[in-house]
Amino acid sequence: MTATDPSRALPLDPSVAPPGTRNFRDAGGIPADRWHADQNEETLVPTHCCFCGVQCGMYLRVDRAGKVFGVEPRNHDINRMRLCPKGINAYQQVNHPDRLTAPLMRRNRDEPFREVSWEEALDHTVAEIRRIQGEYGNDAFGLLGGASLFSEKTYLVGKFARVALRTKHVDYNGRLCMVSAAGANKLAFGIDRAGNPFSDILLTDCLLIAGSNVGECFPVMTQYLWGARDRGASLIVVDPRQTAIARTADVHVALKPGTDSAFFNAVLHVIVAEGLTDEAYLAAHATGWDEVRATVAEYPPSRSARICGVPEEQIVQVARMFAGAGKAMAWHARGVEHHSQGVENCLTIINLCVATGNIGKPGAGYGTITGQGNGQGGREHGQKSDLLPGGRSISNPEHRRQICEIWGIEESELPPAGTSMMEMVWQMQRAEIRGLIGICNNPFVSLPNYATVKEGYDTLQFHAQFDFFLSETAANAHVVFPVTVWAEDEGVMANAEARVVKHNKAQEPPAGVRTDTWVICELAKRLGAGDKFAFPDSRSVFEELRIASAGTVNDYYGITYERLEETGGISWPCPTTEHPGTPRLFEDGRTYHPDGRIHLQVVEWHPPMDPYSEEYPLSLTTGRTVAHFLSGNQTRRLGALVEQTPRPWVEVHPSHGFRNGDPVRVVTRRGSEVFPALVTEAIRPDTVFVPYHWPVPTAANALTVDALDPRSKIPEYKVCAARIEAAERVDEVPAPPTAPGQLAYPETQVSRTDPLPPTSPQGRGTAERS
Amino acid sequence: MMGRTIFIDPGRCIGCQACVSACRECDSHRGKSMIHLDYPDEGHSVASLPTVCMHCEDPVAPCAEVCPADAILVTADGVVQQADTTRCIGCANCVNACPFGVPKIDLQAKLQMKCNLCYDRTAYGLAPMCATVCPTGALFYGTIDELRAERPGVQVADSFTFGSTTVTTGVAMVVPADKVQWPVPGGLPVVEINGRDVR
Repeated sequence: MTATDPSRALPLDPSVAPPGTRNFRDAGGIPADRWHADQNEETLVPTHCCFCGVQCGMYLRVDRAGKVFGVEPRNHDINRMRLCPKGINAYQQVNHPDRLTAPLMRRNRDEPFREVSWEEALDHTVAEIRRIQGEYGNDAFGLLGGASLFSEKTYLVGKFARVALRTKHVDYNGRLCMVSAAGANKLAFGIDRAGNPFSDILLTDCLLIAGSNVGECFPVMTQYLWGARDRGASLIVVDPRQTAIARTADVHVALKPGTDSAFFNAVLHVIVAEGLTDEAYLAAHATGWDEVRATVAEYPPSRSARICGVPEEQIVQVARMFAGAGKAMAWHARGVEHHSQGVENCLTIINLCVATGNIGKPGAGYGTITGQGNGQGGREHGQKSDLLPGGRSISNPEHRRQICEIWGIEESELPPAGTSMMEMVWQMQRAEIRGLIGICNNPFVSLPNYATVKEGYDTLQFHAQFDFFLSETAANAHVVFPVTVWAEDEGVMANAEARVVKHNKAQEPPAGVRTDTWVICELAKRLGAGDKFAFPDSRSVFEELRIASAGTVNDYYGITYERLEETGGISWPCPTTEHPGTPRLFEDGRTYHPDGRIHLQVVEWHPPMDPYSEEYPLSLTTGRTVAHFLSGNQTRRLGALVEQTPRPWVEVHPSHGFRNGDPVRVVTRRGSEVFPALVTEAIRPDTVFVPYHWPVPTAANALTVDALDPRSKIPEYKVCAARIEAAERVDEVPAPPTAPGQLAYPETQVSRTDPLPPTSPQGRGTAERS
Repeated sequence: MMGRTIFIDPGRCIGCQACVSACRECDSHRGKSMIHLDYPDEGHSVASLPTVCMHCEDPVAPCAEVCPADAILVTADGVVQQADTTRCIGCANCVNACPFGVPKIDLQAKLQMKCNLCYDRTAYGLAPMCATVCPTGALFYGTIDELRAERPGVQVADSFTFGSTTVTTGVAMVVPADKVQWPVPGGLPVVEINGRDVR
């Protein structure tokens, strides 16, 4: 690697950007000065990817001027140098031309934004908070956080809501992620996390993956999966679609969306009927087994096969494979959790593991695969409406007292539990919540039933949003605070294994940009709670977080920044600075319930909340693509990822008579949108699939239903009733919003108007190739 | 047989294109990816297959053999380099000669580009970027012994037939253990030449 003189740039050098181009997206996904950095002088800053719950280690390449210009693989325990396309391209958002670099403000939504000083933006926000809370009470102002924030910031969000805003209305977008699994794990085991580390997958004899498109959502996890296969482990995949992992599985159960619990009850039925349960383990460690056994007796394979639309023999085969293996593991994700019975679906999988004695051993156990980077850590320290730091319950008097003591407030000052993210939107619609601050979330794309969400946000009298790009939600706000990207601050995240990892600062933020911590503390100061928010940096917040979690199930006390840098990550609980952490739970046979036992739960299957009818006979299910992260606010701006998957499509079975690229209108009870068809046998004939990373009019979430799981309050994204019909032309993908002064994307952008992606997503049917 | 090289295992490919992004990031081609994905059974299956330069050994690099400008160098360790930019005339002979469809021509710059096994990295003992990041191990860099230590019993092929011609390559392909065919048939049968049916 040698320094490159700009004047001697080769014709192939993409830094010689075509005329009229202005950003990475137009220049083909590479920053224009990528190879002009003096690479002999580069520094490699060890950190982690900002995206999914695997939290791959990576180095950011920093040039002599202190600017991030590239990525280098890092041999970290979690990913052993592997990265997915999102991880490889993540660095490009750090110095992206779409970055917000000044606070934006407007008095009314019909006015354009104007750039204002930090003083004006903060003062106006605090004046609006005071006005709304003065007129309508403290609970009329809400706070919605995000699970991509470092844990220090999620701790601050919860504390700010309760101590500075004094509102009960605080929740976070992790509510849309893995809270069903969290609820199930808490009910069964008294602890909210996966039972085993990823490395245990390498030791298992049978791996069950349910409702998880591992290849596209968590690509780096596939190295563990393949490692297990190399040892001879069998693989069972339960998914309505033939995903890349399902393609190679020993058994692929393509069940009808929304029937998971009926399937897993039937599997357990067979296990009981064939005498494959571990009765000694159940007797020693579990409660509720008699009731569960009686319930699954009502789910013979013949009944569940009809409900799930799968062959009876497959249910028997799965039961024998899972229970007959020496060591078996089950990992699940949103396909099981995004349901109106998401918690119950997860409980049926836990029942399967416990009934076969597959808990708490190397190669045997359960886990949930987190969607967002800090989906696990994001709820552990008080950002969720019903939780206080350390996973304490806000309804438990003793837990309230403990936290009030640490925070230095009276117990009477601490608000009660609030409502969930979707419920808060309904409260906005009813003008019960009249002001809102959103941090690191994009509900205009990520929440179901877009029309409801838009109406809720439009009803707000005041809405402020923190972000580093102008998301679709921020574009609708009154005030936008420009904050740092992950590489401009330090902090910790907990990945899907509950392994806490440390992200390091690689670059100073651009002038005009502040950390979320700074903004929250400045708002608190102006609200009169400055003494409770005297945090100069992330480290000082983390020190308080450690103390606030001490003695709880979610114990972080023994985790320090120094230890994280030395070890590459520590799994909680970690009660002392000498404690090695707890990668695997229940090795001593005890759970975190007071009686130390596993509390098995009875589950009865019920149909999805949006009923099928003659008018809406099909299941619409949604999911991710490998190139994009959640709402796409970040990845839809990075050229390589846009090129890889420029737009959504609808996956349909050939039996519907469409050809690839045909415009197909997908209609549900919430509305309709037109996508190009991707015709494939990799999906059930009674099911259609649309990926969800795009805004209206190409937003899957304009179609999905806002029915919630009664316990976890997660929306039922993964199934709703739908029909499809031929249309004239596809709906075009709108450009991501940009701030004033930033040029809009050219309307003729080829990748946005092409009827199909230039490369076939997962090879499911398009003819065009790059 | 081959030394340290890339092994391609299509059975593990998830079509994520991390290799494509990684190749675009490496210093060899500065923003251009030299890898493409094939979808051999589309519409029926989600199967995908990454294609990199196979670094042909025998006959030695058809692309280099047909280059009228002697722009394509084959190094002593068997790596077929991309065209020397001071010599390449962008004639595309190499594109036509390659049995695996690998080299590309930048029409504006009139230059050929192809995978050079990340020579800037492999020369310093690092793996090529694509094989370094590949999340599934569908692209593996190392020796056959290192591969077999990780994947017991794995079978690989490094000979491919195109009609009556057999090409032996430096890069190898993992083949199903129960369906070993040697050499592996490659390419489509020739059915027509200049309008004449030659079947």
